[in-house]
Amino acid sequence: MDDNAQNIVVPAHLKSLQESIAFVSSFTRELGFDHRRLSEIELCVEEVLVNIFNYAYPGEPGEVEISCRSGPEGVLTIEIVDSGIPFNILSSDDPDISLNIDERHVGGLGIYFVKQLMDRVEYRRENNKNFLSMINFSTAASRPVDK
Amino acid sequence: MEINKKKEKDVLVVSVSGRIDAVTAPDFEKNLSESIGAGEKTFLIKMDQLEYISSAGLRSILAIAKVLKTREGKMVFSELRGPVKDVFKISGFGSIFTIYDTEEDALKQF
Repeated sequence: MDDNAQNIVVPAHLKSLQESIAFVSSFTRELGFDHRRLSEIELCVEEVLVNIFNYAYPGEPGEVEISCRSGPEGVLTIEIVDSGIPFNILSSDDPDISLNIDERHVGGLGIYFVKQLMDRVEYRRENNKNFLSMINFSTAASRPVDK
Repeated sequence: MEINKKKEKDVLVVSVSGRIDAVTAPDFEKNLSESIGAGEKTFLIKMDQLEYISSAGLRSILAIAKVLKTREGKMVFSELRGPVKDVFKISGFGSIFTIYDTEEDALKQF
């Protein structure tokens, strides 16, 4: 597979979600992932973006850059960059998924999905920006959910 | 996302198709809240045509379930498929809610 890269910059607003997902999906669907894996990638991109839309720029407008890159051996890297408040999703607490309806809280699930479903997640803070990379390997078989 | 409702005895069968994402989840929640406001207490959410759900959708489901519980109501699900089934499983929602294979199976329980 040839190296290939594309990127877009969108306003950090929920209105950008559909365009952003469409951009990522049109890139990823040619790379040999199965249907289930494509859906998981789409889900994780939504979760990261919505988190940025909601929290990265409190009370002010901002932008998000989304880059997709496919490398040799079927490695897909999706990098999401914002200039908002520092936030490392890898350091956030996982929700307790064993609680019942009354006790269950509504937050934290999206980030949990990202940590559970992506093959590798990397975060760095650089030049006052948050860089989040989700790395997946299309040559590997889609992993079962209940690991 | 599209929502269709029909009444089967005391159960409101809500068929939801398409995508419940961060954009459409508030509409889903509002739609079901209106039914609760109209006095509905038992909901079967039929998901055979639902292609995708994100955590925003789960958040709406949980919010509705909490309201229903205070009113001694109930919400169950049927026919989850593919990615939606996976999301229910990973989130633990598959354990806190009752999920039936078919609408018929679900309706038999009421």
